[in-house]
Amino acid sequence: MTIKIPDFIPAIPEIFILSMACIILIADLYISDERRVITYLLSLATLVVAAMLTINLHDTATVYTFSGTFIKDPMADVLKLFVYLVSAVVFIYARGYLLERKLFRGEFYTLGLFGVLGMMIMISAHNFLTIYLGLELLSLALYSMVALQRDSSNASEAAMKYFVLGAIASGLLLYGMSLLYGVSGTLDIKVFAETIASKDLSSNSQNIVLILGTVMVISGMAFKLGAVPFHMWVPDIYHGAPTAVTLYISAAPKIAAFAMIMRLLVDGLGGLHAQWQDILILMAILSMGIGNIVAIAQANIKRMLAYSTISHVGFIMLGILSGSQDGYSAAMFYAIVYAIMSAGGFGMVLLMSRAGFEADQLDDYKGLNERSPWYAFMMLILMFSMAGVPPTLGFYAKLSVIQSVVKADLVWLAVVAVIFSIIGAFYYLRMIKLMYFDKAEESAQITSMPDMRFILSLNSLAILVLGIFPANLMAICSAAIGSLMLI
Amino acid sequence: MFADSPLLSLVIWTPIIGGALVLLASKDEHANTARWLSLFFAIVTFLLTIPLYTGFDVATHKMQFVELNPWIATFSINYHLGVDGISMPLVLLTAFITVLAVIAGWEVIQYKTAQYMAAFLFMNGLMIGVFCALDAILFYVFWEAMLIPMFLIIGIWGGERRVYATIKFFLYTFLGSVFMLVALIYMYTKGGSFGILDLHGLKLTLTEQIYIFLAFLLAFAVKVPMWPVHTWLPDAHVEAPTGGSVVLAAIMLKMGTYGFVRFSLPITPDASKELDWLMIVLSLIAVVYIAFVALVQKDMKKLIAYSSISHMGFVTLGFFMVYTIFENTGGVSGAAMGIEGALVQMISHGFVSGAMFLCVGVLYDRLHSREIADYGGVVNTMPVFAAFMVLFAMANAGLPGTSGFVGEFMVILAAFKANFWIAFFAATTLIFGAAYTLWMVKRVVFGDIANDGVKALTDINKREFLVLGILAVAVLWLGVWPAPVIEVMSASVENLVTQVFVSKL
Repeated sequence: MTIKIPDFIPAIPEIFILSMACIILIADLYISDERRVITYLLSLATLVVAAMLTINLHDTATVYTFSGTFIKDPMADVLKLFVYLVSAVVFIYARGYLLERKLFRGEFYTLGLFGVLGMMIMISAHNFLTIYLGLELLSLALYSMVALQRDSSNASEAAMKYFVLGAIASGLLLYGMSLLYGVSGTLDIKVFAETIASKDLSSNSQNIVLILGTVMVISGMAFKLGAVPFHMWVPDIYHGAPTAVTLYISAAPKIAAFAMIMRLLVDGLGGLHAQWQDILILMAILSMGIGNIVAIAQANIKRMLAYSTISHVGFIMLGILSGSQDGYSAAMFYAIVYAIMSAGGFGMVLLMSRAGFEADQLDDYKGLNERSPWYAFMMLILMFSMAGVPPTLGFYAKLSVIQSVVKADLVWLAVVAVIFSIIGAFYYLRMIKLMYFDKAEESAQITSMPDMRFILSLNSLAILVLGIFPANLMAICSAAIGSLMLI
Repeated sequence: MFADSPLLSLVIWTPIIGGALVLLASKDEHANTARWLSLFFAIVTFLLTIPLYTGFDVATHKMQFVELNPWIATFSINYHLGVDGISMPLVLLTAFITVLAVIAGWEVIQYKTAQYMAAFLFMNGLMIGVFCALDAILFYVFWEAMLIPMFLIIGIWGGERRVYATIKFFLYTFLGSVFMLVALIYMYTKGGSFGILDLHGLKLTLTEQIYIFLAFLLAFAVKVPMWPVHTWLPDAHVEAPTGGSVVLAAIMLKMGTYGFVRFSLPITPDASKELDWLMIVLSLIAVVYIAFVALVQKDMKKLIAYSSISHMGFVTLGFFMVYTIFENTGGVSGAAMGIEGALVQMISHGFVSGAMFLCVGVLYDRLHSREIADYGGVVNTMPVFAAFMVLFAMANAGLPGTSGFVGEFMVILAAFKANFWIAFFAATTLIFGAAYTLWMVKRVVFGDIANDGVKALTDINKREFLVLGILAVAVLWLGVWPAPVIEVMSASVENLVTQVFVSKL
């Protein structure tokens, strides 16, 4: 018997994050509360080093390892870099909020790192089981992060809901995967795709099982993404979780979810594009519609941003369902842009909050321009970007997905999408109205960490500056998708 | 000497960078610094546009001062700028009006002065960008980005119902433009280019053209605005601060009509021909019906807003009569005259409507009322102002010798070549326009002193005199000697006329 030692090199960033998460977990036990900042700095350093490792290992070749269950390709590298970036930003934003609520413990950061590891595995998974593994690693970290604020009944309720609903979604996904396994006899995504391609899909009983499996898989994924009709958990969890955790949930995991869709739906089930396209069209329209319309009725900014997330997910789906390279790279661009905008949006909520004041009501933003013109301007950029108004990054995200939809001969869908984006513009404008046109009701100074202020300003300005020079980011996405080996 | 310098980029980015600098002086104690700095940048921008005129080659219809740099390679979108005889005068007008708008807000705006001034500078650059852009996406970016400062100007410094007005303004315009975006993307997937000049040559079937034409119509008709999508304009005008109204009336409305000549007519000539009846009917409704609406207004700003819609109806009429004229006369000279008249009307209306809104602003600053009923006998206390107001009112009514006459006369003359009834309805504007404008002037300016408020009025100060004086010169100059403007346009108009008669089928 010979044991083949797998090639560990492509997975070095994952191995590094795993080791560091464990080290920080243990080290944190020996760090006193006053010196907790060490944990924070160590976590940031971990992400920075992981980023350097990923950059060093980057090349244009596609490498499989661990018997084909793990893939390292340019798309994985790019997405991982953005996961590190967004997570690091989230860690920085969260510090002040956690300190004020006495939640500044090691758990947030170690769980955060495990979540990052889960996302990385999702991004690099090339086997149904690896995908599931990564997804569960991320989800478990998220469930416990939501429950981090033990004395808050809201947070506990949210955690419970999230866990139960998340478990159902995982069940659906797993069941779908088992059906697909039943049809093809393989869990490897590449082999699966080849098997599907070689089969005659016109009329046999296997076909029904295949479709059923696909539907189950899509339902599970839609649940994790928060697409309608599997969106119910999103507003409740976003609202109930501590804002720092909402920030974490809303940003980087969307990038990972995009990767999961690419691997499963496009790489694996690409042969069934005609079948799942209709499902995605329906879900995209519903997500954009319900997300944008219901957001208008919200008085709580976290709920409003939750519904806005649902609508953005609809737009990401537009890119994927168009089924072309352009569409995938548009969706990838959108997912990354969304993560950056979302980090900024919830970052603003964190900036405005202070001990005993969550700043989660829309009215808390009244007259922000009088209190702090600079941050009002930052929020203005974020809101216009989410609404998709140029010259912000959000516009190019919408432009590229709509372009891919038109190219796929779905002009009507493009029209539907832009109509919903007009409806969506209303609640973003209302936010600006509150900040700029209304008189301030309170005059408390914004107190937050200088590092957070700096990064948040950088975050918003990046949206504006990249909105003027979007070419590079678009080219990166398009190159990453271009190197995918699609069947 | 300017041929090689990126003059258009300078004109676009100078005010935008200037606006960012003005924002640095946002503390209330630096308000004066902000005012002078903005004036400086506005004037520098205007001076920078003058070489566009002096260095302009009137003999060619080709784009001049062209800059072409790759911008977003993935979608082959370029940073492509250039002006021809149609857009160049509008660039000058924009830079000119912005200077006046900055001066108009000098003393009135005390709240967040720096933000106000910066918003105008940003808008200046973005509006010039709209007129210079030769890439559809670049055009769209400027077109939409411009909404943001205007949204804030109306919303922050506007009147009582400003929030309603500004959100309506934003959503209406946004609604129109997104359909244009879909149309542009559709043509990109067909032809593989977003270049406006490439789109001019793109072959499209009649069905495609009609859909694209309607998408453009939605975008541009809202902006012009044409009946029945005009309702945002009176609200926005009434609530906007004076400077905002001036820019809105003088420049933003021109973007809609500019869109028709730059996009609709050359890109979808067959659909334009097919649907020209629709455009003529809508234009005539604007000219006649909206004039009646203007007649009954009690609010001066609303009256002028409706008069703007009516006058812009003339512009769209001038553009879309070309096909009927061509059929009737078999020649292109009448058609060219209609388009030229419409373009002159655009420039003239920029001066006149701006001046009218400034006049109302002068009164509003003193009595804080826009109601016609609150005035009467203003001439007794403000003789100099009254002289200006009467002059601009005459121009608004299209009195010969003022700029308002030239454009309207050319359009009506062209209309007679198209159809008697079109000409008849168009010509009624001379009566109705005179009626609503002069009746308002009669009630506001002439007569006995109506109340104590009017009695206490003081005549215009040097700043106001300067602004109105400059505009008066412009209005009279364009009225007496329009040749320089028409000369600049003629080559481009001729080219446009040949384009609209070449079928793309």
